[in-house]
Amino acid sequence: MPNLIQTQNLTFTYHAAESGALGTPSAAAPVLREINLTIQRGTFVAVVGANGSGKSTLAKLFNGILLPSGGKVYVDGMDTLDEATILEVRRRIGLVFQNPDNQIVSTPVEDDVAFAPENLGVPPAEIRQRVDDALKAVGMYDLRRHAPHLLSGGQKQRVAIAGVIAMRPECIVLDEPTAMLDPIGRREVLDTVRRLNAEHGITIVLITHHMSECIDADHLVVMSEGEIVMDDTPKAVFTQADRLTELGLTVPPTTALLHELRKSGVDVPVDALTINACAEAIYKTFP
Amino acid sequence: MLRDITLGQYFPGDTVVHRLDPRTKICMVVVYLVALFTANDAVSMAIMACFLGLVIALSRVKLRLLLRGLRPLLIILTITGLLNMFLTPGEPIVSFWVFNISAEGIYRAVFLVVRIVMMVMGTFILTYTTPPMSLTDGLESLMGPLKRIRVPVHELTIIMSMALRFIPTLIEETDKIMSAQKARGADFETGNLFKRAKALIPLLIPLFISAFRRADELAVAMESRCYHGGEGRTRMRGLKFRRRDALTGLTGAALLAAVIGLVVLR
Ligand SMILES: Nc1ncnc2c1ncn2[C@@H]1O[C@H](COP(=O)(O)OP(=O)(O)O)[C@@H](O)[C@H]1O
Ligand SMILES: [Mg+2]
Repeated sequence: MPNLIQTQNLTFTYHAAESGALGTPSAAAPVLREINLTIQRGTFVAVVGANGSGKSTLAKLFNGILLPSGGKVYVDGMDTLDEATILEVRRRIGLVFQNPDNQIVSTPVEDDVAFAPENLGVPPAEIRQRVDDALKAVGMYDLRRHAPHLLSGGQKQRVAIAGVIAMRPECIVLDEPTAMLDPIGRREVLDTVRRLNAEHGITIVLITHHMSECIDADHLVVMSEGEIVMDDTPKAVFTQADRLTELGLTVPPTTALLHELRKSGVDVPVDALTINACAEAIYKTFP
Repeated sequence: MLRDITLGQYFPGDTVVHRLDPRTKICMVVVYLVALFTANDAVSMAIMACFLGLVIALSRVKLRLLLRGLRPLLIILTITGLLNMFLTPGEPIVSFWVFNISAEGIYRAVFLVVRIVMMVMGTFILTYTTPPMSLTDGLESLMGPLKRIRVPVHELTIIMSMALRFIPTLIEETDKIMSAQKARGADFETGNLFKRAKALIPLLIPLFISAFRRADELAVAMESRCYHGGEGRTRMRGLKFRRRDALTGLTGAALLAAVIGLVVLR
């Protein structure tokens, strides 16, 4: 079976005519350069990078909202440049954006979740089934008759996730889904995303700038100025704390602590990421 | 004040009125409005009021909610009422300075205000009890024949449904911008009309910029969810005429007939 998402020498430039968003300068320089990235089925991939490093652009290239200026993007072996399969690509790769208000198209909640399957021409009885399943999967079934604008940020974002789950996608790409949420909303969304990955086997690409959200990812991709500068396990990436700082990124507090200890001469391993692992590492060093 | 605007909002429920086919409801509103503007005496107006009362009772829409929806119209209602009261010629009962108030004036004023109130309430019941998607599906279906003369019916109705969806969001945003501008010393409440209109500029510009940005993001989100126009689209709630729709239609026809009959007989 082909890889779920594969990019080959992907290059992207926003042309003046294409720049839709207000206030963004139209850059003639490529925003993404020679990206070669493979995302395997069922994995949890985190993508980090400073503002403007091209993360959102990459996300929109994954489902053919933007099309490569050079190179290719393959989804399940389908070229996103092929107009005949573009709907199939979009069905497989669901995109969730930062601002939940701007991706909810209808009220009440269940009508919004039905939007994608309606577009796909799914028969009415099956739409109902998919909507119910999707809302249960994100824990919003009880609020299905509510008006979305009255929900909390975390709940709205879970509705947005349900909206793409109803397409029965292979993969969900989330572009900073927690950036506008309070800590509780963040927890809700992250727990939901992890559960979808672990229990439903949905591939997750989580774009974020909270390093702590990357700790339990299978892969961590670090982007800088339109290029992929690191692509490894989170452990391996975080051991290069200095490099990350250079790129304008922070490391999780656990890693920061271990690095500080090491700098001041204590011989601790620096690859303990979770709080428990970190505590254990320190405990072992000072028995 | 801004939060009083309930225009186009849907309040979920599970009553006969909620369950009616949206096309039935849209047609009923049209019939109701025609009857309302045909009715020209107390008897026919009373019939209309009874009908409206019945629908409100059946739909279990809270009266408080309907009245709240009327609040933004208070000024228009007052002006209409006053103008009619003073400007209708007739035998004055009370007169002071240059004003004469006649019995006819009072009658006309009350009549017009009641008519406007009933008109607004009737249309509000439609949007309060119908999810926007169903409403637009109903409209799209009713306007279906226009597709043959190349009217972009699907596009028009999807625009309408997005507008309905974003009313609460944009109202909330307006509220926020107003607070932000007030915090910087903007004054929306005092001064003459010209001054007040000018004060709205720092409100409208950010609002429009943000609306355009939202539209951009919304379009991307819709396409990401496989939106590709009306072709091949199915609906979760299929439109279906049932017995209750037929009954409602008959009631509407009877209402219209009664009112027209009364008017003609007079
Ligand atoms: N619609 C657009 N038109 C022109 N340039 C854009 C547009 N969107 C983003 N850019 C530019 O592309 C670069 C990468 O942006 P983006 O992908 O949004 O980065 P990130 O999501 O990592 O913050 C930035 O320099 C940004 O200014
Ligand atoms: Mg971004």
